[in-house]
Amino acid sequence: MKKNSPLAIVYITAVMLMLYLPILVVVLFSFNANTTRTAVMNFTGFSLHWYQGLFDATSGYGTQLLASVEVAFWSVLAASVLGTLGAVGMLRRPLRKSLAGRAASGALSLGEQLAMLPMMIPELILGIAFMSLFTFLKLPFGKMTLILSHITFCVPYILITVKSRLSTLDPALNEAARDLGASPLKAFFTITLPLAAPAILSGSLLAFAMSMDDFVISFFVTGAETTTLPLKVYSSVKVGVTPQVNALCTVMLGAAFLLVGLGQLISAASERRQAQTKGA
Amino acid sequence: MSETPLLSLRGLRKSFATQDALNGLDLDVYKGEFLTLLGPSGCGKTTTLRIIAGLETPTAGEVYLEGQNITSLPPEKRAVNTVFQNYALFPHMTVASNIGYGLCMRKVPKEEVKERVENMLHLVQLEGYGKRMPSQLSGGQRQRVAIARSAVLEPKLLLLDEPLGALDLQLRRQMQAELKKMQQQLGITFIYITHDQEEALNMSDRIALMRSGRFVQLDTPHNLYEHPATAFAATFIGETNLLEGRVTGIKGDDVMLDLDGISVPARTQDWVVPGQKLCLCVRAERLHYARKVPDSTCLQGTFIGSHYAGSDRTATIELRNGQTLLSRHTTEQEESVQPGETVCVWWDMETASLVRDDREGV
Amino acid sequence: MQSEKNRTQLAALPMSLWALLFVGMSLLYIIGLSLLSRGEGFTSQGPLSLDNYARLGSPVYVKSLLLSMRLAGLTTLICLFMGYPFAYFIAKTRPRVRTWLLILLIAPFWTNALIRIYGWKILFYANGPLNTLLMRLGLIQRPLKLLYTEMSVLVGMVYAMIPFFVLPVYSSVERIDWTMVEASRDLGASPLKAFLTVTVPMTAPGMVAGLVLTFIPSIGLFFISDLLGGSNTMLWGNLIHNELLKSHDMPFAATLSVVLLLLTGLIILLYRRMGGKAENMFF
Repeated sequence: MKKNSPLAIVYITAVMLMLYLPILVVVLFSFNANTTRTAVMNFTGFSLHWYQGLFDATSGYGTQLLASVEVAFWSVLAASVLGTLGAVGMLRRPLRKSLAGRAASGALSLGEQLAMLPMMIPELILGIAFMSLFTFLKLPFGKMTLILSHITFCVPYILITVKSRLSTLDPALNEAARDLGASPLKAFFTITLPLAAPAILSGSLLAFAMSMDDFVISFFVTGAETTTLPLKVYSSVKVGVTPQVNALCTVMLGAAFLLVGLGQLISAASERRQAQTKGA
Repeated sequence: MSETPLLSLRGLRKSFATQDALNGLDLDVYKGEFLTLLGPSGCGKTTTLRIIAGLETPTAGEVYLEGQNITSLPPEKRAVNTVFQNYALFPHMTVASNIGYGLCMRKVPKEEVKERVENMLHLVQLEGYGKRMPSQLSGGQRQRVAIARSAVLEPKLLLLDEPLGALDLQLRRQMQAELKKMQQQLGITFIYITHDQEEALNMSDRIALMRSGRFVQLDTPHNLYEHPATAFAATFIGETNLLEGRVTGIKGDDVMLDLDGISVPARTQDWVVPGQKLCLCVRAERLHYARKVPDSTCLQGTFIGSHYAGSDRTATIELRNGQTLLSRHTTEQEESVQPGETVCVWWDMETASLVRDDREGV
Repeated sequence: MQSEKNRTQLAALPMSLWALLFVGMSLLYIIGLSLLSRGEGFTSQGPLSLDNYARLGSPVYVKSLLLSMRLAGLTTLICLFMGYPFAYFIAKTRPRVRTWLLILLIAPFWTNALIRIYGWKILFYANGPLNTLLMRLGLIQRPLKLLYTEMSVLVGMVYAMIPFFVLPVYSSVERIDWTMVEASRDLGASPLKAFLTVTVPMTAPGMVAGLVLTFIPSIGLFFISDLLGGSNTMLWGNLIHNELLKSHDMPFAATLSVVLLLLTGLIILLYRRMGGKAENMFF
């Protein structure tokens, strides 16, 4: 395999710079000392002004951050249970001979297709679909509707990561557990679950990030009392004169790098474990 | 053997969506026995083992363990354990936890688990390896852990699915001897799967030769080799010459065969009838040849050549009807025959056996 | 164990029911809704009719659909030509460097998408950093109008979508058996010929997945045009957004969504026909 030419290195750097240009601008402006109306355009000097009271409940983003974390937490928790069980059930579909069996199998396969759909169709459609459904069901818009819709779009991330992990596991491991005296449930808890745990965790981390960052769907299903962080950010940047969001973004970027680093560690550990499984 | 068999299979059938895997198996296995299921891949030996273990449900037929029908019992409730083909060691557990897994499932007290695991580690010569992870072991060591994990439960029957398949030749030979020794020490009945005929002959008390979901022959290694029941049994084990012929007459224990125009005597079998087409099986090492003056009573062929394989040498002889025969003999016994020369082939009547021709429709 | 396997399947039941209700039912529901007409406030009323679909013929909607398709198409095309070499080069760097490049590529994902777009807005302001820089360099005399143009929307869309293109392509390039490329060189192909006849076809699955992953969200985006395009750029997503929040016309918003849904379904169907797997779409 040939090494990259200097041209390739220049190209990678250029695209990376483009990807980070707006982020760097935001980070730079978060330290802007300019507090006048031109604060969003003219950088006049360094200050930590915009970081003061960033997470203040009334003037800052504290309430919204808390709401986002709460929604993300419950959504990911529910989605990881649904998705993991889904992956376990979907993994080996035996051949069915009876009509009823085929119907049941077909229904499950339809269920899987539908569960994966939120990853593929535009968020806008999902947002509107959820909104109409909740209106029809007369559910009060608020945290509950946010959580219900976030669960729905979090499931595919967990389903797909867990399913791909389970498919690499030797089915004989489960059989061996049964052979050694474990009931199906015991075998699931002592063998399948511990081996799938890294995948469940990395899928959950991804889903958590997606939930925290979701704006489009939340926009349609939230109520008057609940505002998540992205929703608040939207109203801030829409008006365009709230340089506090720059500071918020910088903090989030820092947190993101921390999380990505953590995720990297976890996936590296799971890869190592996977290599072990293969070796065994 | 008049005692009740440890394990009995009765009329076992299994059909998968597209094909039948087992076509009615009957088998009795006795306590302390080392029984091998031998056969080409896809013959149904693994399916049979999985049914005995409870990992597969038969389409028809029953499984009895000590006279009790266990056909519908789930695997965790059977006093039968399995050593899986690729060992299936739990990668997230230490060697000790792997071996202790079954005991923990039985809710054996912690102290006792520890002690029994230690004893087992000693037995398989892996003392001090308890804290290692399976990934840190060599192939042979993993194999031993897999056996220890099953044997610690003191099953009535241990099922081994090609346990040496993943090892290289040298380690295989060594492990064969160790396994046999371990079986005797533990006093556990083994049902062992292999497709390696040499392994089967070396280790087994009895061999069940399988093909297409049926038992072809169930016998001791000696009988299987010396008195194969069918042409398939004869060719699957050892190097064999099969001579097609027709029965021309039966005289007491003897039978006269017409082999391509030459009349040859052979020991009869109870199923042989006059006029029948069948095969005469002559092992390569029992087939002799020599340069000889043409004689109407001997089977003639052309010496094609021979190849050297260390301690012995295998000669190829082509008969007039185009069939090639193999003759193996030690290097010292070599005859200086040149390729192209006409030779006569013969064998001791006692060493040849009549077999049914079941080579078609495999 | 057969019946047991069937019981294991039951584990998927909660997820399937959930998806049936919240995905299946809600999508069916908006299709039904699109056949109704607007009632008081946020309500809808019968009788069933195709009136909403008849309204789609008006120039406003045709123009908006064409603009959305054009921008989504351009976005996808730019992502292809910019993203393919990028993914290809990343896949060919040393493993250690590669991991870090991937982290750098994914990290912005984890920050708020709106704020990233907001960064472009700052850059594009009439007296923002970009114009200031260009004027200092003496390249322009007066500030250029950068913000609220089709160009600024396009930049924002490419920016938001390019990682979705790069990741699947990267993973397909990474899986290439390079001896095949060497074999084609050995058989007399020039580096360019080898690239076109071996590398490109072998990375086609990732490329197609990337194109689908870029195009589908592009036609539904509305906040990028909202922030960077102002009221000048009315994409299909903005129309839906407006119908819902300004006109409070749920049935017609549903109708517009159904059009988008059909378009998406068509693309996914086409993708499946070409043998694409859902898994490929997720690096």
